[in-house]
Amino acid sequence: MKKAVTPEQIKGHLPVLLPTRKLMLSDIPLHDRLFNIWTAGALLIAFLASAIGPSFAQAGAGPARSIITILLDWTPSIAKAFGFNVLISIFAMAIGTVLGVGLGVLQVSPRAVIRRPAWLVTQFFRNSPWLVLLFYCILLIPFKITLFGVTIPFPGWIKAVIGLSLPVMAYMSEYMRGAINSIPTGQWESAQSLGFTRGQTMRDIILPQTIKRVLPPWMNLYAVLTMATPLVSIVGVSEVMSLTRAALSAEGRVDLLIPMYLYILCWFFIYCYPISTLTGRLERRYSVKL
Amino acid sequence: METVLDWLRPDWFFDLSVVGDDYNRARYLNGLWMTVKLSVICILLSLGIGILGAAIQGAKSRALRVSVGFFVAFFRNTPPLVQLYFFYFAIGTILRITGENGLPQPLVSSFGWAIISLSLFAGALNIEIFRSGVEAVPKATIEAAEALGYTRLQIYRYIVLPLALRISMSALGTNLVNLVKTTTLAYAIAVPELLYVAAQIWSEDLNVREMMNVLLLSYVGIVAVLVWVLHRWEKALRFPGYGG
Repeated sequence: MKKAVTPEQIKGHLPVLLPTRKLMLSDIPLHDRLFNIWTAGALLIAFLASAIGPSFAQAGAGPARSIITILLDWTPSIAKAFGFNVLISIFAMAIGTVLGVGLGVLQVSPRAVIRRPAWLVTQFFRNSPWLVLLFYCILLIPFKITLFGVTIPFPGWIKAVIGLSLPVMAYMSEYMRGAINSIPTGQWESAQSLGFTRGQTMRDIILPQTIKRVLPPWMNLYAVLTMATPLVSIVGVSEVMSLTRAALSAEGRVDLLIPMYLYILCWFFIYCYPISTLTGRLERRYSVKL
Repeated sequence: METVLDWLRPDWFFDLSVVGDDYNRARYLNGLWMTVKLSVICILLSLGIGILGAAIQGAKSRALRVSVGFFVAFFRNTPPLVQLYFFYFAIGTILRITGENGLPQPLVSSFGWAIISLSLFAGALNIEIFRSGVEAVPKATIEAAEALGYTRLQIYRYIVLPLALRISMSALGTNLVNLVKTTTLAYAIAVPELLYVAAQIWSEDLNVREMMNVLLLSYVGIVAVLVWVLHRWEKALRFPGYGG
């Protein structure tokens, strides 16, 4: 916060750097106080209302149900389907994070035999489109695998989870590599001088320190993954998007199209906006001050 | 176990109807051209939106700033696929004109909607990227320009933008690569791009594995070209005294 320096503080001396002060509500600029999640929510509702409003005029004419009634009627089903999207995103995130951390550690291995393939795998999955990877998993993973007499079934949604976790793994691997490389070399050297092996150094000293640096991009990645979950409807796994399209064709009304799609957009917005706001805040807090 | 072994069969790359068959090759090349066209147009439009939006976010009017902020927040935090559906199925259904034969026809084609939707999505992210670049431009530089008598527009055009562009280059590169990958979404509204064409070929010739590998390699190739171009651009734009 830039504060005006009063003449009393200077008193003929050169201006000095004032000690930092605790942030007060009054310090936050007016437009930041005005534009926050609550006002954004209110604006969103207003936006929605303005989109729905005109169709009310038509709805009043006949015995047809109003748009809002229809949306409310479909809300429980939409909530259930959206919950499934969240479930897919959580599973994919869990698998992707575990694999990605492992791959990221391999990427900083001193042995080129390990480092190079790990780099190649990361780059390959990071640069291929999510949808193509999804198609790859859906069409090429068999619906069941018999290994040593045990049959493991693979329903579509599990294949979709695997397909979504591959790019997550690659992004996570890159974040880990960046975070590990950003730890000062002195840490490695002092651990070595204390007699830690490389594995111990990595596990007990380096990895705990990377958490702080990886957390903001990891959360951002989760938001991106959640926004990628509607893709699974393209490859035939039913979720909120396929339900919406089914609902639209069941209702068969042209004036419902815009409100319904906006409604789904709002569901995602309400879920993802807090995550990205929090990410931004953490990023600012952890950022390196120049 | 057998299925696993069968799945890992090494002859994936050898039975390529894309190379051998003239019809399929022509289709594949058309799809490739469509993807390249879509990518290039979207990249240019999204850069335009980004520059314009970042300029507006530095404007004096609070209403303008808040509306751009709202646009960015909304497009950043909703799925691009749902945005595409919203444009194509919701707005596209209503925006119809009467064609020459008297039947209602869509005003904007699916290719057009794909461009609009993807450009807006990537543009919203670009605004955010350019804004942080603009904020990183030292205040003293702008004050110096003011002292030299530059107008606000001139400062943005000649001082802030060139510096901000260089500062936000790496984040911009990531976003543009993402944009190229996101063009696959156009498959969902039947734009005949690479993925759509590949899906057509594999459902006719039943060569899913080969087409999948061709598809993955094609996209990695396109992205590699883009990364190379961006790298060259970054090198050409680099100013001395900053970075490595």
